[in-house]
Amino acid sequence: MTTLDASRPTHLNIEASSDNYLTHTRGLLSWAFTLDHKRIGVMYMFAILGSFFVGGVFALLVRTKLLFPDAVNWMTAEQYNQAFTLHGAVMVFLVIVPSIPAALGNFILPIMLGAKDVAFPRLNLASFWLWIFGAIFVVISLLAGSFDTGWTFYTPYSTRTTLGGVVWVITGVFILGFSSIFTGMNFIVTIHKLRPPGMTWFRMPLFLWALYSTALIQVLATPVLAITLALVAIERVFHIGVFDPAMGGDPVLFQHFFWFYSHPAVYIMILPGMGIISEIIAVHSHRHIFGYRFIAFSSIAIAFFSFLVWGHHMFVSGQSGLMGAVFSLITFSVAIPSAIKVFNWLATLYKGSISLNTPMLYGLAFLFLFTIGGLTGLHLGTLNTDIHLHDTYFVVAHFHYVMMGSALIAMVGGLHHWWPKMFGRMYSEALGKLGCVLVFVGFNVTFFTQFMLGSHGMPRRYYLYQPEFQIYHVISTCGSYIMALGFIITGICLLKSLFSGKPAPANPWGGRSLEWQCPSPPPHDNFPTTPRVGDCYDFSIVRWDDSAGGYVVDRSLDPELNPNAPKRAGAHH
Amino acid sequence: MSSPSHSHSSHGHGEQPLVGHLVPMSTLIGTGLGLILLTVVTVAVVEVDLGELNIVIALAIAAFKATLVCLYFMHLRWDKPFNQLMFFGSILFVLLLMLFCLMDVGQLRKTIRGGNPTGVQAVLDAEAPTAPIAKNKPQ
Amino acid sequence: MTAIDSHAHSHGDADHGHHAHSEYPFLAHHFESPAQQFDSGKLGMWVFLATEILFFGALFALYAIMRAESPEVFKYASHYLDTTMGGINTCVLILSSMTMAMAVHFAQRSKQGPLVFCLFLTFLGACGFLVIKYFEYTHKIHANLVWGPGFYKPVEHGDGHAGGHAAADAHAATATPSSPNAVMTEHPVLGTNPGLASNSPPLFKLPPVESSTIKPLPAGTPGVSLVGEGDETQHQAEVAEAAHEEKVHLTDPEMPLNTHRFFGIYFAMTGLHGIHVIIGMFLIGWLMYGAAKGRFNSNYYTPVDLGGLYWHIVDLIWIFLFPLFYLIH
Ligand SMILES: [Cu+2]
Repeated sequence: MTTLDASRPTHLNIEASSDNYLTHTRGLLSWAFTLDHKRIGVMYMFAILGSFFVGGVFALLVRTKLLFPDAVNWMTAEQYNQAFTLHGAVMVFLVIVPSIPAALGNFILPIMLGAKDVAFPRLNLASFWLWIFGAIFVVISLLAGSFDTGWTFYTPYSTRTTLGGVVWVITGVFILGFSSIFTGMNFIVTIHKLRPPGMTWFRMPLFLWALYSTALIQVLATPVLAITLALVAIERVFHIGVFDPAMGGDPVLFQHFFWFYSHPAVYIMILPGMGIISEIIAVHSHRHIFGYRFIAFSSIAIAFFSFLVWGHHMFVSGQSGLMGAVFSLITFSVAIPSAIKVFNWLATLYKGSISLNTPMLYGLAFLFLFTIGGLTGLHLGTLNTDIHLHDTYFVVAHFHYVMMGSALIAMVGGLHHWWPKMFGRMYSEALGKLGCVLVFVGFNVTFFTQFMLGSHGMPRRYYLYQPEFQIYHVISTCGSYIMALGFIITGICLLKSLFSGKPAPANPWGGRSLEWQCPSPPPHDNFPTTPRVGDCYDFSIVRWDDSAGGYVVDRSLDPELNPNAPKRAGAHH
Repeated sequence: MSSPSHSHSSHGHGEQPLVGHLVPMSTLIGTGLGLILLTVVTVAVVEVDLGELNIVIALAIAAFKATLVCLYFMHLRWDKPFNQLMFFGSILFVLLLMLFCLMDVGQLRKTIRGGNPTGVQAVLDAEAPTAPIAKNKPQ
Repeated sequence: MTAIDSHAHSHGDADHGHHAHSEYPFLAHHFESPAQQFDSGKLGMWVFLATEILFFGALFALYAIMRAESPEVFKYASHYLDTTMGGINTCVLILSSMTMAMAVHFAQRSKQGPLVFCLFLTFLGACGFLVIKYFEYTHKIHANLVWGPGFYKPVEHGDGHAGGHAAADAHAATATPSSPNAVMTEHPVLGTNPGLASNSPPLFKLPPVESSTIKPLPAGTPGVSLVGEGDETQHQAEVAEAAHEEKVHLTDPEMPLNTHRFFGIYFAMTGLHGIHVIIGMFLIGWLMYGAAKGRFNSNYYTPVDLGGLYWHIVDLIWIFLFPLFYLIH
């Protein structure tokens, strides 16, 4: 394949020495006060996975209660309210919002840029510790009497409920908001100022475009959530009369402010997932991503449109008819960039040489689940169908397809994609695939049933229900058990690899972007000097190398990186 | 990639900074005095009853003052275009929130209740039953 | 690194980077030039300022909505605020913003003495702002011009003579200082305040209350006597009129519904702004310390510049708060 002099090194030949970011320094404090983006990313990851476990336990409690239409003696209605509230709050604020940017993004973004770190390493560490403090406040709120407002903290209930944990959890979410803002600030500046030579805006890996759009939303939307929640706490304590109708306030206004953040926040959750899928699909199909510019622009378009549609959450909560119509109309526009992405991913798969590795399985699962989640969103964005479906299980199913079936599945897929890079170990493909299939099947059994449940009229968040709905609930709960089993197997698969996995090559999948050109796990400084980059989706210069036990990016073949490179057909852009 | 705003010729502790833009002292003092003057004007103008125009004028003066602060005190006039975009863009998002909420409230204006809210009425009944405001019972 | 990367295609920045790190000790390891570091800091700060604008912006939106809902409340309640104090505070903040901009100017020219001096002036401005704000707040709180239910409570007195009606205040104001009712005389609505004037530092001499928008109740104003004697109705009407004229809100029949909401949003917005001023004081103090140690010069002044940006945004927000609360015709 290569005609070059064999003695001449053809790839970034950084010695995979014993010194990597994991072994660079030792001791607990060297982690707690590290400024290394990779360590911060890893700490974030384990913290988030821990929260994911907690949130999952609450979900299973809720699902188990719903096996029975009547009251159960092991869980009162009040406890049930607290359980689903905690499930929602933990999963949204502690898990999904930070999951991809703060954990995977932190680890991968600077390496993809060939940079030594993010622009503000101290701010990055502060972001992590703010996350920890936010989580501590959530725990304190449990000790202080818990809360049962739902994760949305709707007024006037949140200003009136007698449970003592409300102000604490609001403080926690306020702090978590700033953690998220700091991550976003860091990413915006890093992408603007630390790109390597050769990487123009339209040469960036699509994961970076996704993180960039996400960061813009984080920075522009999160402050509104912070101040809104602060106002709820103030209203609760001082009764200043902004949201509480008993003091002349307007509770619908809270919903406006809340959804001004929380609709864009669903794109904080899904956009980075879309970025991961762009990477996974291109790398594991070994084919140039189709429609690069469309995918990149659609990320920005989604970020922008996401600010214009929040009122579709308020069609039946006292919003005026005019605004309902306006918001319904604009909501459809968001479907366009999302659909553009899906079609481009499908076009990338077409005639690609697909390797069905575990990350690719997650990628395909994402395509399936996101399509269902996205299309059912249109039913809810339509003014008149939403009147029927509002606050039913249909909504629950829809946002689980998007937030869990898409965002979290992408996160887990990305975890599998970059796990060998992060820890230098390969996991068992068999176990990984088994976990993925179980999660996929369990997920659909759990939530597809809920579409039916909802369209038949079962309201969400109810403790008791009509016996006619029981069969759906039983199926749904069984699905959640299958899913739990899938996640347990996945967890075992990944943890086991840390101890007995075989060492990972630098590039196990055939990736082209910079993170696949530095050793696994990466050294402390990532790259000795910033390398030049070419087209990061041109896989024609990636070849298998038996001696490395993985793929190698043959930089000598890229005319952009080597003027003497042989001319090849199809290598221009 | 970034490029230095000024050349590297002035190393060391010179009169020109290595990076960034130096705003002359006279500009800073002029801007400060202008801002004070505008504050006096805006206080004076409020004494004249111009109806709805009062708030428009007050906000226009405030916006002008804010622009002065941005351009000269904050060096935005000489800053990178993206920094300018970030600043003015964020204001647009505030206006977006404000506008949509105002449209909604404007639609519902007629339905806003009369009388004291229950919480206020409870306080009045307990603490100041004779206060004139207490006569505004909920309808 | 391979020949291909670092030599055949070497990019100027790479070599420049190593050179720059030895020349500029302040350059962080992941940046390649002072310009890159400076630009990153600036961009980061502007992004942060954008979050600040949205943070306050939500409150401004809230203000706009509340004012659109009930303009009469804002028109009425605004007159309880002291325009003179607000105006002085605006000027104090503008001047401190100017000295901050000067501090950046001197840092850029490596003038250490003037830099420290300007930072000190800025710090003084922040203190002055807070002192004036403190007096404004205490006035409001003593007059029960506050948020929420407290707004509707009759003013309590130190001697435990809590009136069931606001009329007790009128007696307090007209009483001689030796009277038991005058133990706490900081009633801003009802008269001059010798205690306050003597306690205030000479640097920030408060205007006499007569010159402000708040005028004292004329001596001999009858109280609201609820145990009616004589023509009760007419009596009460007189009192009510006097109350309206002289801003005793609880006895004012013309007070619109939900007037407490004005004070709710007033305290929320100015309070949040005040917190930002306090944070700014810590920031300026830290900059002063660094400047005194000689850390900043024309090569490296990013912290002064960024601290300055923060302080200007605090000023900028107040520039809007002032007309929106104090200057409603
Ligand atoms: Cu939405």
